[in-house]
Amino acid sequence: MEITSARFKKVASQKLADPKVQAALANAKGRFVVARARAIKDLDNFEEIRQAAADVRDHCLANLDQYLEEWERKATAAGTIVHWVESAAEMTRVVLEIARSNEVRKVIKSKSMLGEETGMNEYLERGGIDVRETDLGEYIIQQANEHPSHIIAPATHKSKDDIADLFAQKHQRPRLDDITKLTHEAREILRPHFLDADMGITGANFLVAETGSTMIVTNEGNGRMTTTMPRVHVAISSIEKCIPTLEDVSLIMRLLARSATGQSISNYISMTTGPRRQGDSDGPEQFHVIIVDIGRTRVLGSDLRPALRCIRCGACMNHCPVYQNIGGHAYGWVYPGPIGSVLTPAYVGLEKALDLPNAATMCNQCGVACPVKIPLPDLMRKLREKQTQLKLSPASQRAGMGAWAWLASRPFLYGLATKVAVRLGKLAGGKESMLHRLPFAGREWTRGRDLPAPRGRTFREIYAARKKN
Amino acid sequence: MAARENILSRIRAANASLQTGDGAQSTASRLAGHPRGPLPTMGWDPLQRFIDCSIAAASTLDRVDKREGVPVAVARYLSENGLPMRGVCWPEFADLDWSGAGLEMQARSANGDDKVGVTGSFCALAETGTLLLLSGEQQHATTSLLPETHVAVVSKKRVVVCMEDAWDLLRKEVGHLPRQVNFVSGPSRTADIEMTLVYGAHGPFRVHIIITDE
Ligand code: SF4
Repeated sequence: MEITSARFKKVASQKLADPKVQAALANAKGRFVVARARAIKDLDNFEEIRQAAADVRDHCLANLDQYLEEWERKATAAGTIVHWVESAAEMTRVVLEIARSNEVRKVIKSKSMLGEETGMNEYLERGGIDVRETDLGEYIIQQANEHPSHIIAPATHKSKDDIADLFAQKHQRPRLDDITKLTHEAREILRPHFLDADMGITGANFLVAETGSTMIVTNEGNGRMTTTMPRVHVAISSIEKCIPTLEDVSLIMRLLARSATGQSISNYISMTTGPRRQGDSDGPEQFHVIIVDIGRTRVLGSDLRPALRCIRCGACMNHCPVYQNIGGHAYGWVYPGPIGSVLTPAYVGLEKALDLPNAATMCNQCGVACPVKIPLPDLMRKLREKQTQLKLSPASQRAGMGAWAWLASRPFLYGLATKVAVRLGKLAGGKESMLHRLPFAGREWTRGRDLPAPRGRTFREIYAARKKN
Repeated sequence: MAARENILSRIRAANASLQTGDGAQSTASRLAGHPRGPLPTMGWDPLQRFIDCSIAAASTLDRVDKREGVPVAVARYLSENGLPMRGVCWPEFADLDWSGAGLEMQARSANGDDKVGVTGSFCALAETGTLLLLSGEQQHATTSLLPETHVAVVSKKRVVVCMEDAWDLLRKEVGHLPRQVNFVSGPSRTADIEMTLVYGAHGPFRVHIIITDE
């Protein structure tokens, strides 16, 4: 997928001013948060489970080579054909080769973020293959030729009216204005494709080492369709999705749906181990799994490593005050919100996503909500440090920070300077005690907000005076 | 195979530099022992919890004494809801007196035209109101997937507490995983348009569970 993260500020401003986007965000706002808060109450030891899940994910990462090898052994024994690829280009090429060698004309696809990362649909379509997204949200944005704005609710930026117009035009049927009817129209349109597609492509929520299985979780049932109806099934999965045992699946399943939508469990959890067995009446004749790196091993060896624990629940974006106001598109790549602000620079390069680690208030709502305890603000702070070290942040900002650091490490001068600044600030604040415009780099800051003016004395002055009494 | 070796050696290098690998010993013992993680307190009665959670997951329920009572219960449910009185079932129910209950039931896998599918289940999870269906020669995966109405028969004795118990049962009774293991918790749904919940996205619109008391 094309990376537009460099235009973050511009797109964010547009989204803030776009009444349609704001209405969609207002409709969604808080709903996931409330649903999650209610759902986790059902677990009286939620924090203990959360810690255990973080530990399991860390343990997997620490022994990833062994678990992947074990997974491969078991998968191969069950008849799965395993491919390993390092880059996005290699992955899409392998998928197309599998399709071509099986004379595939039509593919049905169940949602995959890795598919978005690699631009797989477009690649296959250029190769002459008809690709149908089947998750309702993904289907909507594929029809609209857009990109997802949320990892579990991809079309959350679109209103019912947008979708009604879109369906009327694409389906060539009378316009519907009822959400249930729209959903059922999509079902009707997609059903024949499920029945006559030659190949199904899915992602994988997890690879289970103990059994050599791939696992997907859906609410709609499109995942089951995609893994059952076509004669060829291809699952794409990045390496970090590997987990050790079925018990670890159970542990993580207690967290995933609760953190995502507030359900106690997702509607369908499908665990696939190999292709159709002898005597089976259904299931694909061939089952391929493509194991993909694309930047994961680089992150594994970096200080952003904890981000690889992510189980893609979306809680961090649902809880993020920045995401709640600008939506997902401004982030400019596959993953929006706090996890996107870490993964985008990590996978595509910090220089292409300079604003993302700064698009946070450091309130840590994300860190508190994350079911696998990824310290997202810490990781963003690390990226900010790296920006400064690599001189990627704007020169004015670096100069400002440099000046501040110089001053702050000289207590006497610092005291003097702040005393002066505070008194000037009071004066400038006037009767209202508000600063409407700061000088220098501060000008940006006061463009959208006011700063309450200082009241006359610095903290150190007050502290010293109190100590005396 | 170069990619495989490259990836694995990069993983090893990344982990070696951080000295985090727990070693083959601990991965082997974890795989062999598959320890359970911490469980929430589950002080409820499993059958009652299964019933409550199934309803919460938008399934409907009925109870019969014996499996012989299933056709009458299915017929009652279908006629009460104005649904077609014919469909397909798993071969394990081929011996039941369907026509005596006024139903036309074929023991074969479902196709896109079948409106009602009757399946059994390997077991059911009380914790979440979930059915566990295994694929197999006699357990057609399509029967619980393509028809608009899915009726599942569960024996009271097969209601286990949680997913971990289901894995143990599976290890004990089957020993390996079939091609597909499906956990089903209520009818298919989506909330992808304006976060409004709609049933019947791609799978069944309705899931009706018949618990047999034998
Ligand atoms: S970072 Fe945590 S909260 Fe965000 S999507 Fe991943 S697992 Fe969920």
